[in-house]
Amino acid sequence: MTVRIKFRKFGVLKFIGHLDVMRYFQKAIRRAGIDVKYSMGFSPHQLMSFAAPLGVGLLSDGEYFDLEVNSLTSSEDMKKRLNECMVEGMEILSVKLLDEKAGNAMASVQAASYTVRFYEEKLPVFSLKDAVKRLMDKDKIPVVKTTKKSTVEMDLREGIYELSADDDKKEVTMLVNASSSGNIKPNFVIKELYHEMGEVLGDFDIIITRNETYTGTLNNFVPLDFEATLF
Amino acid sequence: MNKLALSDEILLTIEKPARYIGNEVNSVKKDLSQVDVRFCMCFPDVYEIGMSHLGIQILYDMFNRFDDVWCERVYSPWVDLDAVMREKKIPLFALESQDPVKDFDFLGITIQYEMCYTNILQILDLSQIPLMACERTEEHPIVIGGGPCTYNPEPLADFFDLFYIGEGETDYRALLDLYKEYKAKGWSRKEFLLKAAQIPSIYVPSLYRVEYKEDGTIATFSPINENVPTTVKKGLVPEMDNTTYPMKPVVPYIKVTQDRVVLEIQRGCIRGCRFCQAGQIYRPVRERSAVLLKDYAKQMLTNTGHEEISLSSLSSSDYTELPELLDYLIEECNEKKINISLPSLRIDAFSLDVMSKVQDVKKSSLTFAPEAGSQRMRDVINKGLTKEVILQGAKEAFEGGWNKVKLYFMLGLPTEKEEDIRAIAELANDIAALYYDTIPKEKRNGKIQIVVSTSFFIPKPFTALQWASQNTKEDFIEKAYLTKKSVMEQLNQKSIKYNWHEADVSVMEGVFARGDRKIGKVIKRAYDMGCLYDAWGEYYKNDLWLQAFEEEGIDIGFYTTRERDLDEIFPWDFIDCGVTKEFLKREWKKAMNGEVSPNCKEKCQGCGAMRFETGICIKA
Repeated sequence: MTVRIKFRKFGVLKFIGHLDVMRYFQKAIRRAGIDVKYSMGFSPHQLMSFAAPLGVGLLSDGEYFDLEVNSLTSSEDMKKRLNECMVEGMEILSVKLLDEKAGNAMASVQAASYTVRFYEEKLPVFSLKDAVKRLMDKDKIPVVKTTKKSTVEMDLREGIYELSADDDKKEVTMLVNASSSGNIKPNFVIKELYHEMGEVLGDFDIIITRNETYTGTLNNFVPLDFEATLF
Repeated sequence: MNKLALSDEILLTIEKPARYIGNEVNSVKKDLSQVDVRFCMCFPDVYEIGMSHLGIQILYDMFNRFDDVWCERVYSPWVDLDAVMREKKIPLFALESQDPVKDFDFLGITIQYEMCYTNILQILDLSQIPLMACERTEEHPIVIGGGPCTYNPEPLADFFDLFYIGEGETDYRALLDLYKEYKAKGWSRKEFLLKAAQIPSIYVPSLYRVEYKEDGTIATFSPINENVPTTVKKGLVPEMDNTTYPMKPVVPYIKVTQDRVVLEIQRGCIRGCRFCQAGQIYRPVRERSAVLLKDYAKQMLTNTGHEEISLSSLSSSDYTELPELLDYLIEECNEKKINISLPSLRIDAFSLDVMSKVQDVKKSSLTFAPEAGSQRMRDVINKGLTKEVILQGAKEAFEGGWNKVKLYFMLGLPTEKEEDIRAIAELANDIAALYYDTIPKEKRNGKIQIVVSTSFFIPKPFTALQWASQNTKEDFIEKAYLTKKSVMEQLNQKSIKYNWHEADVSVMEGVFARGDRKIGKVIKRAYDMGCLYDAWGEYYKNDLWLQAFEEEGIDIGFYTTRERDLDEIFPWDFIDCGVTKEFLKREWKKAMNGEVSPNCKEKCQGCGAMRFETGICIKA
C-alpha cells in the first residue's frame, strides 16, 4: 500500500536542501511509529519517493512524497502522529491512500504553481503587470539552460501556462511546466520579466513559494493527490 | 516565526546554511524570562564534527534539565562564513536563540584535541569577547574550558577564566549556584573567580603563579592566595547508573560524522596502555548496567528516529555484560531495521559471530590495533596483544568470509629500533600469507586487502610515557619511509597498502600536549597570522606556525625532543586525576625495561584511582 503525503515547508526550513529533507522524513517516520515498508538487505531503507525536489531557499505549500506502508490506521491519525514530531517549518497537510494503478509521485508531476514576492528593499521599479503582458505576448522566449552536463537552448514561453501579477501586492504568480523533461525554474521567468523591462534581477531579490504541485494534462491540471483518497 | 542571526542573502551564499539555523529536532528552547543563567556550549570545530560529540550532548541535556538554566550550542563558523562575519562585523551567535554569544553568562568550550586551539581564539574573536581572560570585565561571559586537553590546560591558560577538570556531571551545579550569587550580590568578576576556585574540579589559571628555572623548566607552581587549593582534583561520576544521560539528543538536518544513537556503555579502561591518556584519566572503569542501557537504547531510538546505533567506550570487549546487551540490540534492531555499528571490538570468536550478524561480511573490514610491530615494542607500551592472538583472530575471520584487514601502528615510540619498524611490514605480510594458507583458492573472495596505517607517537600528560622524548619531524619521515620500504620488500606487498599521518602536525600537537604557559603567546600569534582549522590538513599552515614560534623566541625542541628529568615539575602536576605520578614513574621504568603490567581485572597495580572507591577498584 502506498500513501501520498502532502506537506508544507516554511520558515527556516527553506535552508534545508532536498536530500536533507528526505533524511529528515526518514527519521520523522520512525519517530512517529508509522508502519513503513523497508527494502531487503543489510541496510534496509524506507520505500519512499519524493515528487519534485524543491531548491534551497524556496518555500512550499504543496510538497508531496509517496510512502509504502504495511498497514494503515486513518488519514487523521497518521497526519496527527507525523505532525507531533515535526519541527517548526514542516507541517503535514494530508495523508491519502494512493490508487494501486497510480504512477509514482515523481513521474506524475506535470506542473507547479508559484508565488514570487520581493524583499522589501528590492522591490521592482516597473509595473509587473506590464512586464507580464509583454512577455506573454511573445511567441517564443529563447533561453539558455545550463545543466551539469551541457547547455541547451530552450523556449521558455511554451512552458509558461499562466502568468499574472499584482502591482499593489508586488507579487507574481505562475503556473509552469514542472515535468522531468521540461521543468521551469520560477526565477527564470522573473529574470525574463526584468529583461523585458530593461532591468536586471539580482541574485537575492525574490522569495519564491511553491503553491501546489500538479499532475494531469494542460487545461486539466489537478493537485498531485487529487485521485488519492482519505481513509 | 524563528528569527535568524544571518540574512537570507548570507545563508544562501555560504555552504551548508543548515549549520547555522538551529531549530533541529530535540533542540531546546526556553522562555528567557524564566531562566537565570544562559550557558552557551561550544565545540570549536565545524558543526558536523561538533554535533557528533557525545560529551556536549550529555552536558546540554544536563544543563537544560535545570529549570533556571538555558543551554544553547555554538560551533566554529566554516571559513566561508568566518570571512563574511569579520567583514560585516556580525557577532557570533548561539544556534537556539540566535542571540550573540557575548550576551551569555557562560561560554563553555570543550577541548577535545590540541589542533583546535586556534579555533578557540576564533570563537572568542568572532563573539567579540576579549581573547585574554585578564581583559574581560563583568560585562563578558565567563569562559570555561573542559574536556581531555584540559588535563594540561596551561598552553590555554591566558584565554580562559576557568577550566573544569574531569567529568562534567559532578560539579557544575555548584558553579551555577555560585554564579547566581555573584550576580545577585554584585561581586566583582575577581571575587567570583576566587570563590569558584574553591569548588572541586575548578581550576582558575589566573590564581596560580608559575616560576621557571634558568633551563626553562618549572621551579614552582603555586596559588597566589591561601584560599586557593594547591591541587585541583578531577570530577568523577561515582555511579554510572546514577547520572544523567541524554534521552533526546539533538537530531541534525545535515549528515554529521556521528549520525546515530550513541550508547556509552562504560567509562574508563582496564588496560594500562602506556601511550594512552584516556586509559589513565578516566580511571577507574565504571560500567553502566545492561538493564539500563537497553531502556536507553529503546528510548533514544524512538526519540531521534535514527537508523543506527553505536556503542561507545574505550574497549567494548571488556564490558562484562556485552553478550547480553548485544543479544538484545540485535533482536530489537533487526525488527526495527536499525543498523548496529560496532566500535573496534577485540577480534575473537565472539566478536566475529556478532559482527557476522550485523554487517555484510563481504563489505566490512576487520580492525586490529597492535600499535607496534614487534613483541618487544608492544611490551614497552604495554599493549597486551600478541602476534599469536592477532593471527588466530585473523584466521577465524578469514574462515568467516572476511578478507579486508586494517592495521594501526605508531612510529617513533621510545626505544624503537629499525627491526621494530620492519616488524610492522612483516606482521602485515604474515597476515596476508595466513589468508592464502587458510582459504583454498576456489573459496577466496578475491585477494586479501590489508591497509597498514601509522601515526606518529606523541607523548601525552598523565601517561607512563610522559617523560619520553618525541621524535623530530625528520625522524618521523625517515621512519615512515622505512616502513614503506619494508612493506615493498614483502612477498605479499601487492596485498598491502600503506598510509601514514602528516609529520608536521604531529610535532605541533606534541608541543601543545606537553606545553606550558609560554605557549599561549605562540598560539595567539599564529592565530593573528591566519592559522585556523589546524586539524584540517588543507588549512594547516606549518610555515606560519614555525614563524610564530620563531618570533616568540620559543624552541620547539624544548617541548618535544627534550629528555625530561624524572623529577621535573610538569605544567600539569597540579592536577590530581587519581593516577599518581609515583605510579606513572614505576610504569615508565618498566617500559624502559620492556616489562608488561597486568590489567585492572587481573591485578591491581596501585595506580591511585582506588581513592575514588568505585568501579573496578571495589569490584574485585
